[in-house]
Amino acid sequence: MDLLNALVAFANFVFIPAVAYGAQLALGALGVTLIYGILRFSNFAHGDTMAFGTTLTILITVAMQGAGIGFGPLPTALLALPFAIVLTGIVLVGTDRAVYRFYRKQRAAPVILTMVSLGVMFIMNGVVRFIIGVDDVTFADGERFVIGARDFRDATGLAEGLAIRTTQVITLVVAAIAVALLFWFLNRTRTGKSMRAFSDNEDLALLSGINPERVVQVTWLIVAALATTAGVLYGLDKSFKAFTYFQLLLPIFASAVVGGLGNPLGAIAGGFVIAFSEVGVTYAWKKVATYVLPESLAPDGLAQLLSTDYKFAVSFAILILVLLFMPTGLFKGKSV
Amino acid sequence: MAEPFLIGENMIGGYGSANILHGCTIAVEKGQIAVIVGPNGAGKSTAMKAVFGMLKLRGGHVRLDGEEITALSPQDRVAKGMAFVPQTNNIFGSMTVEENLEMGAFLRRDDIRPTRDMIYDLFPILREKRRQPAGELSGGQRQQVAVGRALMTQPKVLMLDEPTAGVSPIVMDELFDRIIEVARTGISILMVEQNARQALTIADRGYVLVQGANRFTGTGEELMADPEVRRTFLGG
Repeated sequence: MDLLNALVAFANFVFIPAVAYGAQLALGALGVTLIYGILRFSNFAHGDTMAFGTTLTILITVAMQGAGIGFGPLPTALLALPFAIVLTGIVLVGTDRAVYRFYRKQRAAPVILTMVSLGVMFIMNGVVRFIIGVDDVTFADGERFVIGARDFRDATGLAEGLAIRTTQVITLVVAAIAVALLFWFLNRTRTGKSMRAFSDNEDLALLSGINPERVVQVTWLIVAALATTAGVLYGLDKSFKAFTYFQLLLPIFASAVVGGLGNPLGAIAGGFVIAFSEVGVTYAWKKVATYVLPESLAPDGLAQLLSTDYKFAVSFAILILVLLFMPTGLFKGKSV
Repeated sequence: MAEPFLIGENMIGGYGSANILHGCTIAVEKGQIAVIVGPNGAGKSTAMKAVFGMLKLRGGHVRLDGEEITALSPQDRVAKGMAFVPQTNNIFGSMTVEENLEMGAFLRRDDIRPTRDMIYDLFPILREKRRQPAGELSGGQRQQVAVGRALMTQPKVLMLDEPTAGVSPIVMDELFDRIIEVARTGISILMVEQNARQALTIADRGYVLVQGANRFTGTGEELMADPEVRRTFLGG
């Protein structure tokens, strides 16, 4: 019984939150890794692209709610998401036309493009705050729980409760669909294959008649979809705050680098590695330990390695370790 | 004499301000094999790149089937029926053999399967390994993938930059055999080779370049028989 209680507590406080967070990071890291693989620079504006896409989604959600449109037990934001993706896509392609293309034509070094993306980041950051402000915005509606903690306790008779929130299930389902679509696109379609070819060997792609501008455009559209989806899922699961999204850049980059920059599979694996490390290190294990260990060994303190305030230190530490000892990441990506 | 199918005439050019090519002429007839040989730094690869448009010429002309193409970009030349196999980085390493071939045919909108099957017949090992990432293959097999990718555009001219660099002598012989087969299908072949002796044996036309200019020109046999060519470039 104690072991079961320990498992339930672990699932409730570590496993399920980490899986949902991991899926959100994975979607974010996929966007970063695609840009790195195809446009060959680290896009610092990615966190704010997520914020921008989410902002649009919130605005459309509010409009839909005002018009009486809902999605039953599911959040209305899911209905708004496709529209926000299209708008974000237009903005990203426009940004590429107006800003990045100029430097691409000059064959600017990757570090210059990265600095340019830093500028884009600040602008997007400002635009988002201008539109929606700096406060927390909660925009999840519909059913809150799939399984409530009390219902679970009543049904199983265990001391520990297990709560599964609707947004966590939605995160996993939507992320799985997005990843499946992305891999189908990259591996099965002509355009997707040409993107991989371009990422693999740019010169040979040109010799094969692949149009680089088209590849770049399609990449931005996919990145818009991934970033907006990641941002909306994160916002539904927690809440939207411009500053939080800017900070998400660190765990997202850590995920992409841990997995191997430029490698989509790696981005997904990296997302879960970072999420589990972050949640695992900042969780107070006292409860789980008390169930599992004999009384004499039970911890006195919280058995929490780091306060949650320091969660970014985890991504940072992993990022540095990977860069030092495994520069190409878990799945062979490009070295940074 | 009628004009050759592809000719780079009196080409002058180089990287930066210095010229590497000093008026050299390279040509190939339909369905024939032309080989460029010469010592290191003679501008062999540069001459090849100039013919393909990867190097801006300061003088001279390139004509394909009588048409002036000097100003065209490499991509436009691909569309005109020229294919180029670079010496290095000539495959998509992370993609399967079959995807490599597909990418070669990127510009084509028709059914590419007949061409693909023809390439699999030419290089049977590629059919066997078609689902493997090309980067995992051996050096000789990669060269076959590279040549296969170039052939997927159904080119009229195939340009090879040192196709046998870094492969074993046995594989080299086999590659040369395949190249002859490709030429028999009516495709002109222009290649740069380090292994001058073997390359000249299969050449319909040979060019010995020295310091960016033609030193000797002739059929492969003539060059092989020329005592001076033998002494200076073929080691006796």
